[in-house]
Amino acid sequence: MAAARARHPTEDPVWAKVLIIGLMLVFLGLVLILPLVAVFAEALRKGLQPALEAIGAADALAAIKLSLITAAIAVPFNAVFGLCASWAIAKHHFPGKALLITLIDLPFSVSPVVAGLMYVMVFGLQGWFGERLIDHDIKIIFATPGIILATIFVTFPFIARELIPLMQEQGVSEEEAAVSMGASGLYTFWRVTAPNVRWGLLYGVLLCNARAMGEFGAVSVVSGHIRGLTNTMPLHVEILYNEYDFVAAFAVAALLCLLAILTLVLKGVLEIAQPDVKRGGGH
Amino acid sequence: MAPFGARRRILDDDHPMTAETISMSRPPAARRPLFRRRSALPGFGLTLGVTLTILSLIVLIPLSAIAIKASSLSPAQFVAAAFSERAIAAYRLSFGAAFVAAVINGVFGVLTTWALVRYDFPGKSVVNALVDLPFALPTAVAGIALATLYSPNGWVGQYLTPLGIKAAYNPVGVTIALTFIGLPFVVRTLEPVMRDLSADVEEAAASLGAGRIDTILRVILPALGPAWLTGFALAFARGVGEYGSVIFIAGNMPYKSEIAPLLIIIQLEQFEYANAAAIALVMLGVSFLMLLIINAVQAWSRRFS
Repeated sequence: MAAARARHPTEDPVWAKVLIIGLMLVFLGLVLILPLVAVFAEALRKGLQPALEAIGAADALAAIKLSLITAAIAVPFNAVFGLCASWAIAKHHFPGKALLITLIDLPFSVSPVVAGLMYVMVFGLQGWFGERLIDHDIKIIFATPGIILATIFVTFPFIARELIPLMQEQGVSEEEAAVSMGASGLYTFWRVTAPNVRWGLLYGVLLCNARAMGEFGAVSVVSGHIRGLTNTMPLHVEILYNEYDFVAAFAVAALLCLLAILTLVLKGVLEIAQPDVKRGGGH
Repeated sequence: MAPFGARRRILDDDHPMTAETISMSRPPAARRPLFRRRSALPGFGLTLGVTLTILSLIVLIPLSAIAIKASSLSPAQFVAAAFSERAIAAYRLSFGAAFVAAVINGVFGVLTTWALVRYDFPGKSVVNALVDLPFALPTAVAGIALATLYSPNGWVGQYLTPLGIKAAYNPVGVTIALTFIGLPFVVRTLEPVMRDLSADVEEAAASLGAGRIDTILRVILPALGPAWLTGFALAFARGVGEYGSVIFIAGNMPYKSEIAPLLIIIQLEQFEYANAAAIALVMLGVSFLMLLIINAVQAWSRRFS
């Protein structure tokens, strides 16, 4: 006689488990999984060759290069900012700390389009410095500097919000010990703090980089959409899509998908290897 | 950089403290000192200075440019720009679709989190990683993929058309895109709270005779309330301002399927800078309001934890 194992009172019945997992899979399938599959299916609709040609086209390569340059400046910038902000906030006491953290978070809740718009208001032709910039022949809006600025803004909180809770949790005792034994501030930072937060920093850099390479709204406002010149990868996808060149659009999109998947895999590996990192941000 | 601790010790040795200086240097016990405990770590002035400078240059000053530009309009002009019939239709779509998407995520986010925290099933780690896809995938890529899927002859759209549902190029499409964008906010906010729910309470409820459904409705869901609200608000706030994933699937018909961020871009392309700033200011106002609400909910939930 196969005795039915008594169910623990806090365990759900099997039918409930099946129902909940089933509903979840249908929902995730419709919203997350099918779109991901569709990108690769559309990119390879006419085989691998046209997709590779689309990625190898001069305009696409220029877009890839600009996206890489943008991320290569925006991410280190935000990393330096994040390290400064977290050292000041997590390791010291001062009034107005909560307000400062809220202000650092602000870019999360500002629409990317509004972010782009505000730089147009400052550096655009009709903006505060518009005429002076023209006099000196400096282009910020509709040029690479504007794209980098807009990207820095939308990815601004990523690394800081990762590091602040991590450093707060670790406290100051290790650093205080080092300093009391005569270590300089910089030495203490490199030898004590940096090793403690490096995985959290990497985690923040990973998420920051994904967003920096993929930002669309803010960059779209300040870019001017000049092919081969001020087009980042997501903007190039838009242009190709609007020209009904679907295979090429989805081929470049597939490249961005691969980057996203790589980001998720590295993120997953980091979360398993260093469970501490997950306690940060949340965005 | 000279270590602070060492320098202070030298000073102390040179000027041994008398009873008088000790009593002077100690603040009255009743008054809460402004700087509770001076950190012994150096670099505070430098790092805070750099932080405030960068924050001002990148975030605060540019943001103020929008308010200043919008203030170049007279009040009547501002209302005409920010609350024109077309703008109100755009807000209604952006806020409405973001709200519906946040509700959908509120329901399926709880189910997903529940399955991820409580159950074991094959492929769980893949599902767990996929939940973060909207954080990692460029919004434009999500936009063209969803538009292709839900267009009338797309993989999913072809089954919706006979049912009379027009998903893409319609407000329904906007909601689908915002559901994609908002999902991880709800799941990742709920997850740690659900993980920390103590089994004792559930066992107590069960041993007192509560059925499983009763336990879930009266014990578990109320405990998740604040985190759920926070996740809902984060997803809603993100959805209101979202642009990249929406424009491809929205159809972008004025009064019908045109979102507020797109209206800002249209004003900008017509060189109506002040009008664009007026609409942006309204959206910023809503963002600040959402931020305050989220902070208030989090402060409120901390009181119970």
